[in-house]
Amino acid sequence: MKPAPFGYLRPGTLAEAVAALAGDPGAKVLAGGQSLVPLLNMRLAAPTTLIDLNALPGLDDVTVDEAGVRVGALARHAAVLASVEARRVQPLVAMALSNVAHPTIRNRGTTVGSLVHADAAAEMPVVLVLTGGSLEVEGPAGRRTVAASELFVGPLETSLHHDEIAVSAHFPALAPGAGAAFEEIARRHGDYALVGAGAIVDGDSVRVGFLSVSDLPTVVDLSGVAEADLGEAALAELEPGDDIHASADYRAQLVRVLTPRVVAAAREHAAHRLGRTRG
Amino acid sequence: MAEELHQIRLTVNGTAHDLRVPARRLLSDALRHDLALTGTHVGCEHGVCGACTVLLDGEPVRACLVFAVSVQGQEVTTVEGLTRPDGALGPVQQAFAECHGLQCGFCTPGFLTTITAGIRDNPEPTHEEAREMIAGNLCRCTGYQNIVKAVERAAVLAREGGPSEGGFETGLRPSSTTGDASVVEEVAQQPSRNHGDDVVDREDDAATTGLGA
Ligand SMILES: Cc1cc2nc3c(=O)[nH]c(=O)nc-3n(C[C@H](O)[C@H](O)[C@H](O)COP(=O)(O)OP(=O)(O)OC[C@H]3O[C@@H](n4cnc5c(N)ncnc54)[C@H](O)[C@@H]3O)c2cc1C
Ligand code: FES
Ligand code: FES
Repeated sequence: MKPAPFGYLRPGTLAEAVAALAGDPGAKVLAGGQSLVPLLNMRLAAPTTLIDLNALPGLDDVTVDEAGVRVGALARHAAVLASVEARRVQPLVAMALSNVAHPTIRNRGTTVGSLVHADAAAEMPVVLVLTGGSLEVEGPAGRRTVAASELFVGPLETSLHHDEIAVSAHFPALAPGAGAAFEEIARRHGDYALVGAGAIVDGDSVRVGFLSVSDLPTVVDLSGVAEADLGEAALAELEPGDDIHASADYRAQLVRVLTPRVVAAAREHAAHRLGRTRG
Repeated sequence: MAEELHQIRLTVNGTAHDLRVPARRLLSDALRHDLALTGTHVGCEHGVCGACTVLLDGEPVRACLVFAVSVQGQEVTTVEGLTRPDGALGPVQQAFAECHGLQCGFCTPGFLTTITAGIRDNPEPTHEEAREMIAGNLCRCTGYQNIVKAVERAAVLAREGGPSEGGFETGLRPSSTTGDASVVEEVAQQPSRNHGDDVVDREDDAATTGLGA
């Protein structure tokens, strides 16, 4: 199918883009289009106007320092995944990104767009929550920083106002002694996960973030839980949902399987990083 | 109310085109309808099948998930742009012909563009990497085995600088629609080792070049 007609603006500055969005309650922002265009093609969305961010200057950077990784709104998944520095400072970002769709989709789709799209089955929202990251957004009133813990409020729903444009996302660095891992189960490689889990282990602290289990990316603190009880302890904090892709029982079973697996992999990663600093 | 049209310039296979299109014109439709380049195929129109894959500034993207207005000023390479300057098949096309990498040909243009970029970035893919390279494209006919062989063969042909230098006679006439099923016909008309029924011979070829393992 083809999209319904819409108006099209291609602003050259962020201020123009924000003003255009503020002036039209039916308008939508277009970034990589890898989530929005399918919705338009299937006529599940019909915005009055698309405000195309693709001509905005200076938004496609991936900048890395010891504090973390900052990803501009026009940085494609592929560019973030290719950044060796980003992988060094916060390895979980690349671990998760390699599970996001296929390379061809990653060439166009943006990491920030995937955060704003806030699909409960998407990988990057849970990575933002698990790393304690944030989104920098600009609206008519100026800039503000939205913490990941405040960002995701429902399926495909964030706390951004209609007239705000996300400018960048920040993924804080992985602490020196910590380890990270990401695991997911999908029907086919590159598909959205039936269940996915990311883990960060730092000394006694064990935290696991789940995607595609509930309506929101959910992080569970499993510090001090015995190895054999990890899956059940995680399930006590989760309410697996039913949909056409998987039953709630099957999702619960995947949580039981993936939780110990991802925690063990994160422990191994921590040991490996420690060995490398000492060696 | 008439729909607003936007004036854009697209460079497709090296030729600049000035177009007037509505904002909702998908790149796949701009190529097929406005420029009559029907080599780019459209299957699902939601990014899943890969048939519409073209190169945008050299990188594979889904033409069905990009609006033509959004990529104005950029360079697009379609399957029609993969032939050699003299009109002979490019290495990936040649490999598909040799390895029987297509049946109905519907999915083929998307595979050819994807693999062209894939072997440019990774000129010596392992068997696993060859499989990974095409993991985002769907084919309902071949069962993929011969497409994987074609990836490996294409990498060899590209490294050798092409079929002629690699000692393979092509015997194929120049074609401007090599992404279409016309390839199949041309191949089938060849009395050579490329003949459609010549499976055993082709397997031998694969064996002698160290492929198909
Ligand atoms: C076949 C296929 C498979 C996929 N598989 C996966 C997968 O496994 N995992 C996964 O996570 N994703 C997957 N995706 C989606 C992909 O990751 C998208 O790139 C991503 O979800 C959205 O990014 P985008 O830049 O394409 O955003 P767009 O599609 O342009 O926009 C998505 C939404 O976010 C809004 N938006 C975008 N950027 C901004 C901004 N800067 N400020 C304010 N609002 C903004 C838009 O208005 C729109 O509502 C898949 C897509 C396809 C087509
Ligand atoms: S038609 Fe574009 S991916 Fe199927
Ligand atoms: S050859 Fe028919 S779909 Fe691939």
